Amino acid sequence: MTKSRAFRQIRRYGPFYIMALPACIYFFINNYIPMGGLILAFEKYTVSGGIFGSEKVGLNNFRFLFQSADAWIMTRNTILYNLAFMVFGTSLSIVVAYLLHELKSTVSRKIYQTVILFPGLLSIIIVSYLANALLAGDTGFINMHILAPLGLEPVSFYSEQKWWPFLLIFIHLWQMTGTSCILYLANMSAIDPGLYEAANLDGANRFQCFFKITLPCLVPTIVTLSILSVGKIFNSDFGLFYQVPMNSGAILDVTQTIDTYVYRGLMNTANMGMSAAACFYQSVVGFCLVMFTNMLVRKFSSENAMF
Amino acid sequence: MVKRDTGFQAAAHLIMIVMSVMVLFPLALLIMSSLSPESDVIRYGYSLIPREIDVTAYRYIFGDGSVFHSYLVTIAVTLVGTVVSVVITTMISYTLTVPGLPGKKLLSFYVLFTMLFSGGLVPSYMMWCNIFHIKNTIWALLVPSLLCSAFHIMITRSYFQNNIPKEILESARIDGMTEFGIFFQIVLPLSVPIIATIGFMKALMYWNDWTNSLYYITEKQLVGIQALLNNMLTNAKYLTQSMDASMVATDAAAIPSLSLRMAVAVVGMLPMIMLYPFFQKYYMKGLTVGAVKG
Repeated sequence: MTKSRAFRQIRRYGPFYIMALPACIYFFINNYIPMGGLILAFEKYTVSGGIFGSEKVGLNNFRFLFQSADAWIMTRNTILYNLAFMVFGTSLSIVVAYLLHELKSTVSRKIYQTVILFPGLLSIIIVSYLANALLAGDTGFINMHILAPLGLEPVSFYSEQKWWPFLLIFIHLWQMTGTSCILYLANMSAIDPGLYEAANLDGANRFQCFFKITLPCLVPTIVTLSILSVGKIFNSDFGLFYQVPMNSGAILDVTQTIDTYVYRGLMNTANMGMSAAACFYQSVVGFCLVMFTNMLVRKFSSENAMF
Repeated sequence: MVKRDTGFQAAAHLIMIVMSVMVLFPLALLIMSSLSPESDVIRYGYSLIPREIDVTAYRYIFGDGSVFHSYLVTIAVTLVGTVVSVVITTMISYTLTVPGLPGKKLLSFYVLFTMLFSGGLVPSYMMWCNIFHIKNTIWALLVPSLLCSAFHIMITRSYFQNNIPKEILESARIDGMTEFGIFFQIVLPLSVPIIATIGFMKALMYWNDWTNSLYYITEKQLVGIQALLNNMLTNAKYLTQSMDASMVATDAAAIPSLSLRMAVAVVGMLPMIMLYPFFQKYYMKGLTVGAVKG
């Protein structure tokens, strides 16, 4: 009796498990094995010992990592850049979305939207080419066509730190504003037009409408997105921080993030242990942040919580 | 009131035009530099209005095997990767919508957990290199981190849940269709919008990926277009070194490395520019649906 029931169950659901199998195997290999591989942070890796069998060295890797200046620099950079992206990115996206939403001409709205969305499709390599065409020391547009005609000294961007905090934020906004404003645009279209009509009858002007109706209606989205990006505050776009500054050593203090540190360490066998420790640090702190922020989202707007 | 709005409309147009110009300017600079003669780029820098139009750079691209080869590598990887990952993603997403499936909660958690916690680069790199030995194989471009993502599964699942009528599936079952038959002949044809959405996102990811190549590829035969661009940016003479010996011998001094780089970059973004108008609608849908939880 139970046997035939189990058999029926398998016949009925078996095909579904088979459909799920390829993705499950993939996740096991691509995601779950490396989670176990985090043990590398506590090892002195040797080829013969492999990932799981090398000599255990306790917390030595972490001790070396946090005694170096790098740990502080990369943590500071990663967090500050992410905060800047959040603050400036969110404000700019909302303003752009609002302008697009309020434009009467649908044709020009479409054109603007298509244009500003476009950089989001480019790979970061192409973006670094574009940046290079503008910034290059000997042939760049800024040096040759703006500074030179004004009689100013050429600037060597790739070796002067002071430009990069601004440049990296600008490039990020340049690339991502079109993408992130779409979400705000969708939310703005969902606001009840009756609210605006009522406000107009009461004689409210455009600015009052924006601050009293549009913005408050967007607050749940803003909060949810910000909380989600706090969960990712230990991660950075590797290409933006590694490739756009052309992997230049002179400006490392303002371009090093945890991701670039991990990669640089990995490519240099002497730093393997510290790289693994930094990777562990990123994964574990990142996980705690995701759990913590998800708890916040669940409190604030449960329908947006991931689980 | 009406008058004030004209002012606002004008200001809005102005701001959006300035932003659009800021977006388009570097792209125009790139395209124009690729059309400039090498000597002009060296003497006057990258400029918006070329002193004369010169297509030498493009002639090198199509005359030289290595750019074309990289192009083929990227096209092949993008096509295969996109198709395989769309099939894998839609299949597991469909499983997650089956009512009463034993262990469904566990399966969702198994998928979702990959979004919460990750081992990061070091363990992944060590695993792919030392356990699976994918260094310098085509698998390195297709498989690590790109093939399947929990995020795409979530949005596909919610599409299936909301857009596939259960009655159709039931009646197909009564008619004796197999579950695979139902999936491939009924569910997928009804899901063209979500397939276009995740298909375009996957294609974009494969086309733009350069990190897998950076980590795992040193073999020139397997360098894709983005990785080629990357190599050219870090080493201006990369392409000229790798060119056919015969070509270098005849023309070594005349190979336009600066404008050539720009030309390869133009060619490298061309396919996505061409696909973009057709997929814009789906792409934007994918961006908005992503934030609304699956």
